[in-house]
Amino acid sequence: MTVALPYDSTAKFADYAHPEMIVSTEWVAEHLDDPGLVVAESDEDVLLYDTGHVPGAVKLDWHTELNDPVTRDYVDGAGFARLMSDKGIARDTTLVLYGDRNNWWAAYALWVCSLFGHPDLRLMDGGRSKWIAEDRPLTTEVPHRPHVDYPVIDRDDMQIRAFQDQVLAHLGKPLIDVRSPGEYTGELLHMPDYPQEGALRGGHIPGARSVPWSRAAAEDATFRTRAELEAIYEGEAGLRPDDDVVVYCRIGERSSHTWFVLHHLLGYPRVRNYDGSWTEWGNTVRVPITRGESP
Amino acid sequence: MTAVALHPRLQEIADDFNAVPDSDRLQLLLEFSEDLPQLPDRYAAHHDLLEPVPECQSPLFLAVELDPDATVRLFFDAPQEAPTTRGFAGILHAGLDGLSADEVLATPGEFSSQLGLQELVSPLRLRGMAAMLGRIKRQIRERRG
Repeated sequence: MTVALPYDSTAKFADYAHPEMIVSTEWVAEHLDDPGLVVAESDEDVLLYDTGHVPGAVKLDWHTELNDPVTRDYVDGAGFARLMSDKGIARDTTLVLYGDRNNWWAAYALWVCSLFGHPDLRLMDGGRSKWIAEDRPLTTEVPHRPHVDYPVIDRDDMQIRAFQDQVLAHLGKPLIDVRSPGEYTGELLHMPDYPQEGALRGGHIPGARSVPWSRAAAEDATFRTRAELEAIYEGEAGLRPDDDVVVYCRIGERSSHTWFVLHHLLGYPRVRNYDGSWTEWGNTVRVPITRGESP
Repeated sequence: MTAVALHPRLQEIADDFNAVPDSDRLQLLLEFSEDLPQLPDRYAAHHDLLEPVPECQSPLFLAVELDPDATVRLFFDAPQEAPTTRGFAGILHAGLDGLSADEVLATPGEFSSQLGLQELVSPLRLRGMAAMLGRIKRQIRERRG
């Protein structure tokens, strides 16, 4: 057994509902060599890690490693155990995730790891761009961590994940659409001969409020303060802390970022990510859709 | 279904990708990303002359020139922090720059699916590469009138 790593006492984090879920770049730099810590980079651009990463960090690839290669689903308990074991991540490892684009994919990886209840997960505030902006060291050296035995844990899809039938049953309760305004209203920018990955129908799930995911991030890719987040999600979007909320985007990745904000930073107990998102909803026969700017 | 024959230069690139295991394939893509030439000054100073390719998930801009003898010259601009997009641009540059207009136009639109990258790179990104090729061809057709 390793000793649990201390939490980051940065003042901004203390205001969040779960400050233990977030660490600063300083904290990571200070604890990089601590036993019991693994740092993992998860990027939208699958080559970015190979151009240089936080020393000692392993790569966690959302596309090839977290998804089932055949069924549209995540890996199962055995697959997750194999993945973690190969990366040298034990069940009691403190796993710190970071990545490109305001930690978009890192939040997604954290959400998937949460489906397996990994006990100590943290996000590095500001992600890859903040680390680089602070001139912290990068390396292209890929670490070879010793193989460990991660136990097979059943994936729990009931707490933080929503499926389409559950979203249908949820209509009338709070939904947050985190896509861009154009995707929300349904004015998709399709040009002839240049099809985009997408759906047969444009618009949003009836009742969903539009809060683009990146609004939760400041210019330097860090999360906004608790007061700023409350002003956005409660002041503007009308959510209340005891709400049962479903968030979605196109395939469930951007909405993982908002899930992290609502669940871990603002402390909402019941937030589910609908990973089928618009690529499922907008292609399903006879589900209700709203177009335009109103929820 | 018979695949349309690739120009030997593109075929060589496709062969290189298909000859190596998955992990080296990404490394190869990274090398193409690093080898993408910098924009010449006439474009670097006049970014408005470049055509944006919004289908790519990261910012990508391209320009096409047609020499009097119908030789195609390609120019790409993509940020360093988008190595996958740069890599795709690098492949197209290495494969198509300097070919004749007819040779570029004969390149099959599904060329991007012949590199063995489907398992490694998201489909949206591969479509970004197909979109670059589509825009290059359209510009050539427009130039020729």
